[in-house]
Amino acid sequence: MKTSSFPKAKTGDFKFTEENLREAEKLVAKYPEGRQASAIISMFYLAQKQNDGWLPPEAIEYVAEYLDIAPIRAHEVATFYTMFNLKPVGTYFIQVCRTTPCWLRGSEEILKAALEKIGVSKAGDVSEDGLFSVVEVECLGACCNAPMVQINDWYYEDLTVESISRIIDELRAGKEVAIGSQTGRLTSAPEGERTTLKEGGDADA
Amino acid sequence: MQMLEDKDRIFTNLYGQNDWGIKGAKKRGIWDNTHALVALGREEIVNRMKDSGLRGRGGAGFPAGIKWSFMPKEDQSRPSYLVVNADESEPGSCKDREIMRNDPHRLIEGCLIAGFAMGAHTAYIYIRGEYYLESTRLETAVEEARAAGLLGKDACGSGWAFDVHVHRGAGAYICGEETALLESLEGKKGQPRLKPPFPAACGLYGCPTTVTNVETVAVSPTILRRGADWWKQFGRENNTGTKIFSISGHVNRPCNVEEAMSIPLRELIEKHAGGVRGGWDNLLAVIPGGSSVPMLPKHVCDTMTMDFDALREAGSGLGTAAVIVMDKSTDVIEAICRLSHFYQHESCGQCTPCREGTGWMFRLMQRMVRGEADVDEIDMLWDVTKQVEGHTICALGDAAAWPIQGLIRNFRPEMEKRIEAYKQARRAAE
Repeated sequence: MKTSSFPKAKTGDFKFTEENLREAEKLVAKYPEGRQASAIISMFYLAQKQNDGWLPPEAIEYVAEYLDIAPIRAHEVATFYTMFNLKPVGTYFIQVCRTTPCWLRGSEEILKAALEKIGVSKAGDVSEDGLFSVVEVECLGACCNAPMVQINDWYYEDLTVESISRIIDELRAGKEVAIGSQTGRLTSAPEGERTTLKEGGDADA
Repeated sequence: MQMLEDKDRIFTNLYGQNDWGIKGAKKRGIWDNTHALVALGREEIVNRMKDSGLRGRGGAGFPAGIKWSFMPKEDQSRPSYLVVNADESEPGSCKDREIMRNDPHRLIEGCLIAGFAMGAHTAYIYIRGEYYLESTRLETAVEEARAAGLLGKDACGSGWAFDVHVHRGAGAYICGEETALLESLEGKKGQPRLKPPFPAACGLYGCPTTVTNVETVAVSPTILRRGADWWKQFGRENNTGTKIFSISGHVNRPCNVEEAMSIPLRELIEKHAGGVRGGWDNLLAVIPGGSSVPMLPKHVCDTMTMDFDALREAGSGLGTAAVIVMDKSTDVIEAICRLSHFYQHESCGQCTPCREGTGWMFRLMQRMVRGEADVDEIDMLWDVTKQVEGHTICALGDAAAWPIQGLIRNFRPEMEKRIEAYKQARRAAE
């Protein structure tokens, strides 16, 4: 929606990198001509990634200008969706699922362990070294692998207090941590012997 | 009723035990002679889908063939769109995720068939933002399909131009509601639209659009290949076919599993999920179709059949077939309170009864968890749910009300006991 007299965006210092500009062009091309506003969510993802995981007002208005939409429309979108962080987060941004299916399997202990491990007293605070922050989020849609957390882009599932602590230790040490189930289980198949689809290899889990 | 064997399962790579890429997909029969399916023609595809009795797998259970038939004849002035709802966010539900990360080509082939049957040349798959791995796999699969000529100007050599785009959401449950999803896809806040006009008349960018669930689209090529009669041998009348069930909570082996529709709930849990923790007698209640449907107490679960009609008769619903199991150790009031928090958090804020009501209900539920309330307030809570239900643009208001109604209907004595215990503790402290 374009209005004729909106205030000019205050883009400040934020600008897409060359690489992100090329990527942005590709993303806008997914939509029909004149419908570039559809790309706003993916633009925000690019901006957020470029800006250490959070979205400052300058970046929001830069995207508004890039897509030629009113800055207020961009602010509306940035504040409506929970995946845009409007204040700084840790390098590793840990989101603990709190909704009933995860809660039934112990998400409260996972949250407590994660907060303790990174040494902050409440959700949302960034650890002293800037490496971690933990928040509680609503259902992440991996209920058969509960309890689980999302760290940056990836899911870590079937957690225990021990495994979440280990994951945080390993990330702190700069090690790669395998994503997905932490018990070695194949995606959301039942633990142990499968009850269906018994034939076929276990390649490419 | 027909037992479901592996040879009749559609999602043969549900667990990702095999290659999800195009090579593996072709081995599983995907993209096999797809142009012959397109060659059936629009009308024939829709008729066969109607004949199969497939009901939408996203929760509402609307007959898929009928929905597809609402799309207008091709119109040169306005394009038609297929929009796949992959915003899977219903607590308990995690089935579409498995389709997208382990069998993305099955969905993409389905997009071509469904899109063609609707006269659409473009499909958008709206995937929830948190599903990052799943969206990258879909993107890769789309690239593979384009490179192989399965999508593009002459998709599969069918003469039909068709392309698929993956669109990521950004964390809003409400975007699973079809008109909110369209708003979001247009680059706005995801707030539902008033209906009518329905999307088939005026949807994405004001053009004819059908929004449909991942699983519904993904099963359609197989139904066309194997025939409506094959599909109808599973389940029972008006509840045909196979379905992916997500079993979570207090079971020994939580899992996703494809089973025949109308399978008894107890058999589903005991056969595939290793049974209820501590045995069937340790069962307290089950939420049978994702967080939005009312729970069933154990004595109803004993004989429950898992399909649309049976669950509706029992005062609940099949929803997304996400079975959340709670054993006797569960604080059932807190379990529902957490759902109330969820709805309060996810209300888009557009309609007053929902925006204010979900907060009200959550705060009252918090006091119910502690027992810090009067017995009369249980009736007031019931009353508030009734004032939210049915008074909002979309169904989120209903979805927030029903779990609480299910709690009061089945566990009122538990709530009263909690209130009494709190009062006694207060008295003792004084």
